[in-house]
Amino acid sequence: MADIAQQLQDRVLAARDQGQKLNIVGGGSKSFLGRQMAVATTNLHVGEHRGIVEYHPVELVLTVRAGTPLTEIEATLAEQGQGLHFEPPRLGASDTIGGTLACNLSGPARPWSGSVRDQVLGVRLINGKGEHLKFGGQVMKNVAGFDVSRLQAGAMGTLGVLTEISLKVMPQPAATLTLVQDMAPDQVVAYMNARAAEPKPLSGACWRDGKVYLRLSGARSAVEATAEKWTGTVMDGDDGFWRQLRDQQLGFFAGDDPLWRFSVRSTATLPPLEGDWLIDWAGAQRWYRGAADTPQLEQIARDAGGQVSLFRGGDRRGEVMHHQPDALAALQKRLKHSFDPDGLFNPGRLYSWL
Amino acid sequence: MTDRPHVGAADLAARFREFIDPEFVISDAETMKPYECDGMSMYCEMPMLVVLPETVAQVQRVMRICHQHQVPVVARGAGTGLSAGAMPHADGVVLSLAKFNRILDIDPLARTARLQPGVRNLAISEAAAEFGLYYGPDPSSQIACTIGGNVAENSGGVHCLKYGLTVHNLLRVEMITVEGERVVLGSEGLDVCGMDLLALATGSEGLLGVVTEVTVKLLPTPERAQVVMAGFDSVQKAGDAVGGIIAHGIIPGGLEMMDGHAIVAADDFAQAGYPRDAKALLLCEVDGTAEEVQEHIEQAEALFRELGATSVCTSKNEAERALLWKGRKSAFPAVGRISPDYYCMDGTIPRRQLAHVLTEMEAMSEQFGLRVANVFHAGDGNLHPLILFDANVPGEFERTEAFGTAILRLCVEVGGCITGEHGVGVEKIRQMAYQFSDAELAQFHDLKAAFDPQGILNPGKGVPSLRFCQEYRALDDKPHSSHPAKEARHG
Ligand SMILES: Cc1cc2nc3c(=O)[nH]c(=O)nc-3n(C[C@H](O)[C@H](O)[C@H](O)COP(=O)(O)OP(=O)(O)OC[C@H]3O[C@@H](n4cnc5c(N)ncnc54)[C@H](O)[C@@H]3O)c2cc1C
Repeated sequence: MADIAQQLQDRVLAARDQGQKLNIVGGGSKSFLGRQMAVATTNLHVGEHRGIVEYHPVELVLTVRAGTPLTEIEATLAEQGQGLHFEPPRLGASDTIGGTLACNLSGPARPWSGSVRDQVLGVRLINGKGEHLKFGGQVMKNVAGFDVSRLQAGAMGTLGVLTEISLKVMPQPAATLTLVQDMAPDQVVAYMNARAAEPKPLSGACWRDGKVYLRLSGARSAVEATAEKWTGTVMDGDDGFWRQLRDQQLGFFAGDDPLWRFSVRSTATLPPLEGDWLIDWAGAQRWYRGAADTPQLEQIARDAGGQVSLFRGGDRRGEVMHHQPDALAALQKRLKHSFDPDGLFNPGRLYSWL
Repeated sequence: MTDRPHVGAADLAARFREFIDPEFVISDAETMKPYECDGMSMYCEMPMLVVLPETVAQVQRVMRICHQHQVPVVARGAGTGLSAGAMPHADGVVLSLAKFNRILDIDPLARTARLQPGVRNLAISEAAAEFGLYYGPDPSSQIACTIGGNVAENSGGVHCLKYGLTVHNLLRVEMITVEGERVVLGSEGLDVCGMDLLALATGSEGLLGVVTEVTVKLLPTPERAQVVMAGFDSVQKAGDAVGGIIAHGIIPGGLEMMDGHAIVAADDFAQAGYPRDAKALLLCEVDGTAEEVQEHIEQAEALFRELGATSVCTSKNEAERALLWKGRKSAFPAVGRISPDYYCMDGTIPRRQLAHVLTEMEAMSEQFGLRVANVFHAGDGNLHPLILFDANVPGEFERTEAFGTAILRLCVEVGGCITGEHGVGVEKIRQMAYQFSDAELAQFHDLKAAFDPQGILNPGKGVPSLRFCQEYRALDDKPHSSHPAKEARHG
């Protein structure tokens, strides 16, 4: 529980003076994500910059230091019957909210409750000039100035050191229940999308090993009435299933084979590929394990209206994120330069050229 | 930005007419007149030219030519903006997207709509209705405003608390850069790799590029929606009731508040059956499955009574629900009827500050000698104070602006912001200096330069120059300062 913003700022300024590059580390739980950096870097630890700065349950707004562990945040919210509806994954023992935002990671509820980016209301960050800046705010609606806060989602720290984050929080649903049934892979995508198009309290839709899992959350009456109407058996211990899915603890995720993440049109039909699949987000997120090369997978993702990235394993010295067209790459380089003119932060972590 | 290489209107028009229907390259004053302002009609400027391209390729050529000659470009949707964001630049081109009014595709299974930027907000939900779907964000101007304008302003509506702002309901945007390049931000999937450029472009007020296509998410139309209307004898009690509902775990589809002045004006206008003697009115819409709505409506009614409501009544059918909303959605024109002119402010505050802010505002109303009526997106803390004035009385608009500035300053002081949904534009450019430090504003300028180094896209809007900020801050410490916003237009 300490405010070390000043120290962080001093470290950035010193690195700038000494021509050092910085590897920003929150809890270190996502160090496997992104590229292996080719240049020597010094670790900048944000994990000690932690603690809840402000929390007003009735406002549905929480402000925390970026190094605060997710477990601490969720425990505090739970006392008030609230939670983070984007269901941040735990990819290690020490996931922080800063890393979660920087990597834009959200759990199974994402299509219905939005992503971490959707819940962000404001951030404070230290840019490459060592300036500690504040963007957005602690209110739900704020369109003054460019949306620098949400720009950070997925930037993987390449634009600055996040020090503080304000988020929208939500009441926990009164009831939750999961329906499970057998379904062939060629039927499941249409089925999940059809269910998602009904005005029912769906909050999760996953397919794995020949079974489709639909989660309902909300008012008890709504959840129970929907379960009556829809097919499938009510699952015992479903909480554990969704948690394991969120945290990549299901058997599918075990082992060292490359793990690819497709983010595509939810209704897309992907061509058959040698390997194993898990479908989440009612079809909008698909995990693939198999031997395939990047250009082939990128073409498949493009045809499906989306992108692919090498989430875990494989060659992390090459590009691991979906190819960017020239005009967008140029824009991102200029943007990076506008925040971090000396290229201090996480050089090459996101793309080799950034 | 002051010494742009000069290219005459006639030369430029001739070049545009090589590839755009000459009728849609407008250079005569009379035909250009309707473009001189947006919904914020106190700020006017005549442009050099107005063009209405019909294809993306034409937009790209317009941009390339303007970029080559460094001619300012102001994109324009329906011109309903309330911060003078679409006000023309005197030496620039207004690029109207009015011809881009086609819904390109609706995918009912994927629940998306692909739209040209000039499609009206309401037209999306109308077209999606046959599939049992609708588009979430519903600004009160939805009959007229365009999806391109909504993206540029990150517009909200009365259903934001539950369904989010424009930024939460977009998948993919095609944008033409200042150099005339076509870029795609976002995708048909939910997340993309790398920094979130789609979020950055949303709400960027035409400063980063021209939006030429938008793919939005559609939502299943709720089975049922009902509105509970509750009257209160004090604003404080109504404010507490808002907190009470949310603390109870109910997230209403819409949660709106009006003060006494707005209640009477709106009721006169819409005959909505509002409790005219109430000091504050809450409209709380609950939507969802039939069972859920039943459960939540009963809880909301009981809670409001418990928290001191003087009247509680619930819509029994769609007609009653529509009527209750009609009063709220026509609150602006309704107030327009009780005063020759009104000025709509747009600050957001933490909800717990509501009673304090409204009390302060009453005091300021006396001090400035101007009436104020309040409508309020209570669920998300977005205030719309409407200051009533008469532009024909010398000095009254200046006083109105000073009052408005004082309100926005108060919003920032209590932890809020100067604009929740209408944008900065020209109108609130000086108040940016209350919310942001010079270093933050400098970062905005650097960011803008990454997209538009020569400052051709909507110059003089959104972010004040640092030089003016110092002057604003100095001027604001003097009472009744005159009009630095005017100078900012050319800044
Ligand atoms: C009666 C009334 C009620 C309103 N209620 C609400 C409300 O409830 N919520 C709310 O959020 N707003 C509201 N507004 C404000 C306004 O309607 C919104 O800001 C709307 O999104 C503007 O859309 P437009 O098409 O009219 O855009 P315009 O006014 O034409 O333009 C607005 C800005 O967007 C830029 N722009 C427009 N099109 C493009 C494009 N294709 N590419 C790039 N930039 C572009 C312009 O340059 C300008 O800066 C209201 C306005 C009125 C008059």
